[in-house]
Amino acid sequence: MAILDKHKVLEKNVSLLLVFSFLVVTIGGLVQIAPLFYLENTIEDVEGVRPYSPLELAGREIYLREGCYVCHSQMIRPMRDEVERYGHYSLAAESMYDRPFQWGSKRTGPDLARVGGRYSDEWHVDHMSDPQSVVPESVMPKYAFLSNRMLDGKYSGDFLKTHKILGVPYSDEMVENAQNDFIVQANPDGDYDAMLERYPGAQVRNFDGEPGVSEMDAMIAYLQMLGTLVDFSTFTPDASR
Amino acid sequence: MSNYLKLIGLGLMTLFFMIAANYGRDLAYQVHAILLMLVTGGMFLWTLRQTDEPKVSKEVLETEYMDGVIRYGAVATVFWGIVGFLAGTFIAFQLAFPALNFEWAQGYANFGRLRPLHTSAVIFAFGGNALICTSFYVVQRTSAARLWGGNLAWFVFWGYQLFIVLAATGYLLGGTQSKEYAEPEWYVDLWLTIVWVAYLLVFLGTIVKRKEPHIYVANWFFLSFIVTVAMLHVVNNLVIPVSIFGSASVQVFAGVQDAMTQWWYGHNAVGFFLTAGFLGMMYYFVPKQAERPVFSYKLSIIHFWALIFLYIWAGPHHLHYTALPDWASTLGMVFSIILWMPSWGGMINGLMTLSGAWDKIRTDPIIRMMVVSIGFYGMSTFEGPMMSIKAVNSLSHYTDWTIGHVHSGALGWNGMITFGAMYYLFPRLWNKERLYSLSLVNWHFWLATIGIVLYAASMWVTGIMEGLMWREVDAQGFLVWSFADTVAAKFPMYVVRGLGGVLFLSGALIMAYNLWMTVAKGEPKAAPLAAAPAE
Repeated sequence: MAILDKHKVLEKNVSLLLVFSFLVVTIGGLVQIAPLFYLENTIEDVEGVRPYSPLELAGREIYLREGCYVCHSQMIRPMRDEVERYGHYSLAAESMYDRPFQWGSKRTGPDLARVGGRYSDEWHVDHMSDPQSVVPESVMPKYAFLSNRMLDGKYSGDFLKTHKILGVPYSDEMVENAQNDFIVQANPDGDYDAMLERYPGAQVRNFDGEPGVSEMDAMIAYLQMLGTLVDFSTFTPDASR
Repeated sequence: MSNYLKLIGLGLMTLFFMIAANYGRDLAYQVHAILLMLVTGGMFLWTLRQTDEPKVSKEVLETEYMDGVIRYGAVATVFWGIVGFLAGTFIAFQLAFPALNFEWAQGYANFGRLRPLHTSAVIFAFGGNALICTSFYVVQRTSAARLWGGNLAWFVFWGYQLFIVLAATGYLLGGTQSKEYAEPEWYVDLWLTIVWVAYLLVFLGTIVKRKEPHIYVANWFFLSFIVTVAMLHVVNNLVIPVSIFGSASVQVFAGVQDAMTQWWYGHNAVGFFLTAGFLGMMYYFVPKQAERPVFSYKLSIIHFWALIFLYIWAGPHHLHYTALPDWASTLGMVFSIILWMPSWGGMINGLMTLSGAWDKIRTDPIIRMMVVSIGFYGMSTFEGPMMSIKAVNSLSHYTDWTIGHVHSGALGWNGMITFGAMYYLFPRLWNKERLYSLSLVNWHFWLATIGIVLYAASMWVTGIMEGLMWREVDAQGFLVWSFADTVAAKFPMYVVRGLGGVLFLSGALIMAYNLWMTVAKGEPKAAPLAAAPAE
């Protein structure tokens, strides 16, 4: 292979070696990542998906902070057993506002993509506080401390604003009312109509049954909405995707 | 004069970190601000004490290699290795016995927070230090030149340790952006970028002033590893911070694009950090220890370019059957399978380097370690392409099989080749005649090997078992097992896996003792170590 003799040009010039090896490693990423931003069928066209409400978003931040993703996926694959166990397979549209995505890579615990509405709020409180009390076989750690950490939603507006910069459709009204919406979602006696208008389908409850908004409230508000948004009557699978 | 500028800079930084600690919005950020305040404040005082003092001229011999920073790097490698293995063994037992998620440490030491601590400690702290110190050692020897940039190499070393401490404490205190193997928050990422650019400069600068016309093959691998990791790190960590006074940030990419970017990063953290970089290590230390030349020059050219070109495509195999479009996942599968070839090209080149010296496997436990390491490399680079086939992946994905696969590569290949390199380096760096004890190396070898076998085998069993249990349906078409049943079924194998970890960790502790004794009690080498011509 005489062409290999030409390799000494690269081998003797570090700038060339640097440039060449850099070019070689950029190709794969360009081909695989860039089209996902402009191919129209990458994200399905379905109704119902909306940005997270401030309380759900705060719950999601706790989900990230505690590293829930290391044991729980949020991605149901289109296989018989998964669809039977967890529900309709996940659509790309369902995670279009997830920054970062939470598909996960490991199921030490079950998938959570459609855990919303499967269990009662009380079950979640018990489970989070002492998982083995409701699932004896579970190896999940306890998260009782979430009940003791109170939140005021002071920075909710800043979170929404940052998402808005990146193109998430939060309106100025949503950003302005973020803290109020945050508190009112966990207070069924509050004036939540405007919040529900801004976040259709959001669930208003005192999730942990205790006064005030705790991290437990935020976490359960997030878990209870997972996988509940898409209106599957508007979904038509695309064979070419 | 330059000291005054330094003082102003350090003073301003200390002040900023004080303010940041005060306004910090979350615990991780506040603790980090205080930590950085102490670091910059300490440097301020130290600089102040040096200012206007008569200078003690330290003459640097350009003909001498810069080995001080490598000695520190070698010690850091062993230290972080043990920290990482300990964390791994502990979290393995947490999965078997959830009571180890201690009640009193709930908010800090639950599995979800310790797992990133373990992965970062072994990949970035242990692996990263091993790569930085061996690449500094190798590039000097193969270029016959002292490290470029003076104290910049020290900046790389200490800057990297600071990155590790910030990342690790961040996870415990809840500072994470949740992207696997890229968990550190935005300001830690920025810091790593600065350190990494300095690393690239030192490495490139040294090659530029080399006395050898050819750039040695190990350096091709090191160079591509440094450049590619820089690219991956920057693109995968594109975020906008919510506030300059908080660790939270929002990813620029969302959902499916973010998933693809993350696994483009994640798989190539394996491909470049744990493969290309460590192949650089292999290409220097195996020929040196075996005292044989590299088997084939042509093979090294072909497999180098093929490996770096193909690896970058393999990311989507982490996303089979997900909401990622099918075309992308199929591309990922095809390239992953092709990748088997250049991977085995590297394995063949490494193993066949021993031709004519195979008898050393019997007599030299260090060579034995290197050979087993290359063996595990070959095994896991066969297993990987196999698991990337969609049909296999539909069973293996989300299960412990993946964890077993990763560990046969990480413990077997990365661990063992690093141990081999450390056994090679310590006597030479401290100018000793020989290692303290070869029989302890032998003990280390067997403990580590049996540990890996227990680990990998138990994960094959649990992985395939749970994959089959999840999908089993009875004659009426109902699922047979609840998820909790599969968790309970894995318990015995989780204990075996933990025991494998204990063996591997014990081996590493024996290594630490052996290396310590080599430095403390070893017989000094007769002739002084002078800059030798290019090796």
